[in-house]
Amino acid sequence: MTPFTTLTGIAAPMPLVNIDTDMIIPKQFLKTIKRSGLGRNLFDEMRYTPDGAEIPDFVLNQPAWRKAEILVAGDNFGCGSSREHAPWALLDFGIRCVISTSFADIFYNNCFKNGILPVVLPQDAVDVLMDDARKGANARITVDLGAQTVTSSDGRTFHFDVDPFKKHCLMNGLDDIALTLEKAAAIDSFEKKAAAARPWV
Amino acid sequence: MAAAPKTLYDKIWDAHVVHQAEDGTCLLYIDRHLVHEVTSPQAFEGLRLSGRKVRAPEKTIAVPDHNVPTTPGRETHIDNEESRIQVEALDRNARDFGIHYYPVSDIRQGIVHIVGPEQGWTLPGMTVVCGDSHTATHGAFGALAHGIGTSEVEHVLATQTLIQKKSKNMKVEITGSLKPGVTAKDITLSVIGATGTAGGNGHVIEYCGQAIRELSMEGRMTVCNMAIEGGARAGLIAPDETTFAYIMGRPHAPKGALWEAAMAWWRTLYSDEGAHFDKVVTLRGEDIAPVVTWGTSPEDVLPITGVVPDPESFTGGKVEAARRSLDYMGLKPGMRLQDIEIDTVFIGSCTNGRIEDLRAAAAVLKGRRKKEGLRAMVVPGSGLVRKQAEDEGLAQIFIDAGFEWRLAGCSMCLAMNPDQLSPGERCAATSNRNFEGRQGRGGRTHLMSPAMAAAAAVTGRLTDIRTFA
Ligand code: SF4
Repeated sequence: MTPFTTLTGIAAPMPLVNIDTDMIIPKQFLKTIKRSGLGRNLFDEMRYTPDGAEIPDFVLNQPAWRKAEILVAGDNFGCGSSREHAPWALLDFGIRCVISTSFADIFYNNCFKNGILPVVLPQDAVDVLMDDARKGANARITVDLGAQTVTSSDGRTFHFDVDPFKKHCLMNGLDDIALTLEKAAAIDSFEKKAAAARPWV
Repeated sequence: MAAAPKTLYDKIWDAHVVHQAEDGTCLLYIDRHLVHEVTSPQAFEGLRLSGRKVRAPEKTIAVPDHNVPTTPGRETHIDNEESRIQVEALDRNARDFGIHYYPVSDIRQGIVHIVGPEQGWTLPGMTVVCGDSHTATHGAFGALAHGIGTSEVEHVLATQTLIQKKSKNMKVEITGSLKPGVTAKDITLSVIGATGTAGGNGHVIEYCGQAIRELSMEGRMTVCNMAIEGGARAGLIAPDETTFAYIMGRPHAPKGALWEAAMAWWRTLYSDEGAHFDKVVTLRGEDIAPVVTWGTSPEDVLPITGVVPDPESFTGGKVEAARRSLDYMGLKPGMRLQDIEIDTVFIGSCTNGRIEDLRAAAAVLKGRRKKEGLRAMVVPGSGLVRKQAEDEGLAQIFIDAGFEWRLAGCSMCLAMNPDQLSPGERCAATSNRNFEGRQGRGGRTHLMSPAMAAAAAVTGRLTDIRTFA
């Protein structure tokens, strides 16, 4: 996993609330057995017509945001299905950070496993950043995970909270499985205890 | 000093903590891991690349469901190349890693959340995960069950644990009894209508109250299934005699002395008097009406007697979202919901694909026919549900009513297989998601109970089951 420390980049505004994972990556693209290559179909049904032509109005099709690395999104981003294809598609497109007032739980967790930072900020902060994002390439937003801050193009800084363990793993690009396997002895002894207490499991 | 009162969630959580870090991050032991073909290939690939094994293959159960066709011949051939590759990958992974497997050729195959309980894999007090958000279904047994992403699937395969922080406790109480014509589906949709799709974010919901106690296991699974649509990490219902009666005798349920030992623990699985809930929502069972959704979010719920709302009546970002919904759904504010005409009916899914759901739909359809020109299909949740429905004569009722009688799978719930809506088609569906494009690009979905969907098939429009004669 690529570590995430700081990022200064173009942010795309997506004020719609309840953007679900079906919108982020529609199900016809879940048939892959790989993790890569999904960026082309990120937001597919909002981004292309049925015959595959780009819909010019869609934010990521506009010249100002084609290279966006940050999304500023409406409330409850990533709700719906647990598909990890959603963060895979975002990452493959080049999005490393999503900012919103809230995220659905599973999506939020999935982001951290893939080097994407989801940032939760209060509505007024998201409003400021949304306006900033609307300025396109002229307004770069800076996200600093170490300092837990997001800074708008005109220097307004907002502090965000993040779980310390998740932050540590993301900043260092750590593989969860390797970390957990270091606790193999604890798992062994739990299994023994559980087998005695609940032998029917 | 007496121990502090605990919620049901607290009790199950505490019984599964392998390790707790200072910041509260826990390693949680997983008792059952369910696997399907869509969210697992990358996880097994990860195991192979790192030379890891499945730690507890005997606790891991796999079944293909999401993109299998529901028409005959699928055991030998799946037309769609990518679907076939995914199903074959699961065949191979199940074999190579030695996990329990129900291939499409097995009568026990079906939707993973129907197969687990049916085979007795899901038991009270367990932790159950699956790379699928509707894992919440298993909470109906008083099991802590939730969806995980593919990286977590790999983590559970390799370690039989999950890195977790505890969620908050939320109580949803449904007091009193339901009125005739009102079902578990109406409860769960009404709760989401009341709390919104983000209402449960960060919480585990425990459903309780008389109306919940009075539900069958099938109904309880319907309620918990949609906890995820309410934003919750999981839904739970404390096990009781209804639960125990359902489990007893199932293939993987404990037997004899083990059953007795299990029962002794299961009977302690309830929220203690005075246990703390961070959030409480109460609905009166008598107030719940048969409901349908009008928009493209499961929170867009109204009693069937209602009218399509005006987007301007909402606030904040919801105004724009409602406008977009109505545009997508091809509806105008002020239209009576009962005047909305449909052209497709889908009865099935892990929300409402169990035997009781088919019985409810068949009871409405007996001696009747679907409206001419309308497409209607029933997709049983498992091969065993299908068999039982045939034995009970339900299949014949559906066939006589002009329904297609399909093989088990997810089917038109998410339309990854050939069962899809065409642009502009409007469907009365018993599934759980009405998102844009969920049932096919441009397809329009109205969620409702099986009885309501069956009535809609007869009249060709959204119909109030209470006045349907
Ligand atoms: S029936 Fe629908 S909701 Fe249930 S597991 Fe299948 S696709 Fe998911």
